[in-house]
Amino acid sequence: MDKAVVLRGITKRFPGIVANDGITLEIEKGEVHAIVGENGAGKSTLMKILAGIYQPDEGEIYIFGKRERITSPGRAIELKIGMVHQHFMLVNRFTVLENIILGAEKRAGMVIDEQKCRKVIGELLSLYNFSLDPDARVEEISVGQAQRVEILKVLYRGADILVLDEPTAVLAPQEVKELFANLRRLKEEGKTIIFISHKLDEVLEIADRITVLRRGRVVGTVVPSRVTKEELARMMVGKPVFMKLEKTPVPAGDVLLSVKDLVVRENTGKPAVNGVSLEIRGGEIYGIAGIEGNGQKELAEAIIGLRKTSSGQVTICGRTATGLSIREIRDLGVAFIPEDRHRQGLVLPMKVWENMILGYHRKKEFLKKPSLNLKTAREFTEKRVKEYSVRLSSIDQSIDGLSGGNQQKVILGRELSRDPRVIIASQPTRGLDVGAAEFVHEELLKKREEGKAILLISADLEEVLSLSDRVGVMYNGRITAEFRPEEVTPEDVGVYMLGGGVKAGEGA
Amino acid sequence: MFLSELLASSLRMAVPILLTALGAVFTERAGVVNIGLEGMMIVGSFWGALGSYYYGPYFGLLLAMAAGMFLALIHAVNTVTFRVDQIVSGVAINILAYGSCRFLSQAIFKMATTSPHVAGLPKIDIPVLAGIEFLKPLVSGVSPIIILALLLVPLTRFVINRTVFGLRLRSVGENPLAADTLGINVFRMKYAGVLLSGMLAGLSGAYLALEHTGMYVEGMTQGQGFIALAAMIFGNWEPAGALWAALLFGFSEALSFRVVEGGAIPYQFIKMIPYVLTLAVLAGVVRKSTPPAADGIPYERGMK
Repeated sequence: MDKAVVLRGITKRFPGIVANDGITLEIEKGEVHAIVGENGAGKSTLMKILAGIYQPDEGEIYIFGKRERITSPGRAIELKIGMVHQHFMLVNRFTVLENIILGAEKRAGMVIDEQKCRKVIGELLSLYNFSLDPDARVEEISVGQAQRVEILKVLYRGADILVLDEPTAVLAPQEVKELFANLRRLKEEGKTIIFISHKLDEVLEIADRITVLRRGRVVGTVVPSRVTKEELARMMVGKPVFMKLEKTPVPAGDVLLSVKDLVVRENTGKPAVNGVSLEIRGGEIYGIAGIEGNGQKELAEAIIGLRKTSSGQVTICGRTATGLSIREIRDLGVAFIPEDRHRQGLVLPMKVWENMILGYHRKKEFLKKPSLNLKTAREFTEKRVKEYSVRLSSIDQSIDGLSGGNQQKVILGRELSRDPRVIIASQPTRGLDVGAAEFVHEELLKKREEGKAILLISADLEEVLSLSDRVGVMYNGRITAEFRPEEVTPEDVGVYMLGGGVKAGEGA
Repeated sequence: MFLSELLASSLRMAVPILLTALGAVFTERAGVVNIGLEGMMIVGSFWGALGSYYYGPYFGLLLAMAAGMFLALIHAVNTVTFRVDQIVSGVAINILAYGSCRFLSQAIFKMATTSPHVAGLPKIDIPVLAGIEFLKPLVSGVSPIIILALLLVPLTRFVINRTVFGLRLRSVGENPLAADTLGINVFRMKYAGVLLSGMLAGLSGAYLALEHTGMYVEGMTQGQGFIALAAMIFGNWEPAGALWAALLFGFSEALSFRVVEGGAIPYQFIKMIPYVLTLAVLAGVVRKSTPPAADGIPYERGMK
């Protein structure tokens, strides 16, 4: 029988890097084939080639035995390849039905034949045992459901090969289980699934075969039953990886950050944070777990003063911080690692050294009135660059030329080197590869040992559980549960991430 | 009699705002802000008068719509193809419209600011209803464009909500990247939305020249293109909403005419009413309405 996908010698170059370097890969019909690798290993590039978004510079692609050129996303669909993007490509204001049919409407002349669309979607829902309300608006459904809409979109278009790009990154553990059940059902119906991930446990659970990429090349293809997680990690990174973080007990200090009954409203007036109270002591990491969009971002922004609070109180090192300006709050000794380093943490076109003193440029040591003291600013930057081993060609290069990991190191250097007492770290390892993430984790643990109070907000449950001393789960603007990480499993926390033990709202 | 006359006058005042606001719905639902609508109304009024002067009112209407679409095409090329800032392009179009009409008016009519009197469309008496004395001002001697404008409200609504074109148009204004990945030609949809807005604004300008005054007068649009944008926003980007908002603005204008005759309040203050209302609407109501998610943002392939 013909293989679903065969890639031979696929090479794709971008200015400065070879993203895919002679990749050869065979995917059987009806298998779940996982592709794993670190960030920058070339997974996404490879998938975009399959989806018709990029054209390879060299190499051949065979789909169901026939040599093909996938010249556009439309061509990919004609070849029955369907892409489920990591970042959902959905129109939030549209209903589930509208999103599914968009671009492939069943029609009667110029008018949409809604009955026919409804019938086709209903049949798909029952065939694959998906639970979804076609008339719900996408902005009102859960992340797991939105993902099902994405999968249905490609099934509705008749895809036989489904490419899922990091599908579990945004899901709670229970939702992952449901996704896997859906995928197994798809496999039973003869669909071929390509599953891209860097979460090794999940890959070992769902995949029939696993191909590991590293720096644009195939390291090998393995069968899950004959490989351990450690071996996989080693293939991925190229050297042994320590999966466990060392955490030493630290005596608890004074309460440095206290939040009481905090209410923060969205721009629309709806409360995003709805009565959150928490206390963090020196030498403690308080982790906030939760599916994104449940008020975590607003909480962090309210504490640092970026967002107005409606009611409630924030106390930092014993001083009331509510109503203070961002500068005043920072001067109380608060460091902020924002979740979106491109929009909040850095000014991308500016130089590395400029970014390194950003926000602290008013400090005495950087001033030689009426101008900046370039000498001390540069010395300070050089020192931090060494200390945090930031890889760059010059501190005068603009920061957008640095990799994500190195950009994050600049932020850490700036924020953590001024002896803050409270650290707000929002998604601190997002988009970083394993090595850089490990570095960030070690830094945070170091600060914990130095007696800082750390608020860690992360969508990565594993990260929250391994770093934190206490974990609060945020759902719908409230902290609905609090645990010590050693007392719970990820599944226990997941229940609360989805709204507290009740799966009724999910309808599945 | 006073009441029905006031209502009839409100309706007449509302029609140009309504037509342009319906155009604004098309362009903004496709994600392109078009403040050049004012300019498209201006060229509509001039070319409408010019067409009617030489070849009669129907040709005037066609010419007005074509002129509006021509300016819309410029706006689309600027903003969709070259991703020029949509506000800047709109302002440029308004200036271009004003200047070109003044120039052409001088060249053709030998008068910079007005045209000679031109013919309008034949007026219609609505059967049966026109017999009722109370309704007479509303239903007799009605311009066909008023009826067309009112019919366009449900039609626009149907097109936007029920047709393949409408669904794709809306998707482009909400999430162009998603639409693009589904094989929808984002640029073509945006062009369509902008061109439709130009056509309707041109028609609206022709209504002013042919049906309202019977001639082209410089500045006759009086900022109604902007008021139409406010009406569209007030109506929450929906055709029916735009109708009610246009009627409200039309009513305030009609009222300002009537009150002037009373003379208790200085004339200048009364003339401010529609504009003050526009400001109040934009400041007060707009916060509660929700524009299309990608409204005003140029789309570029390969954008993250």
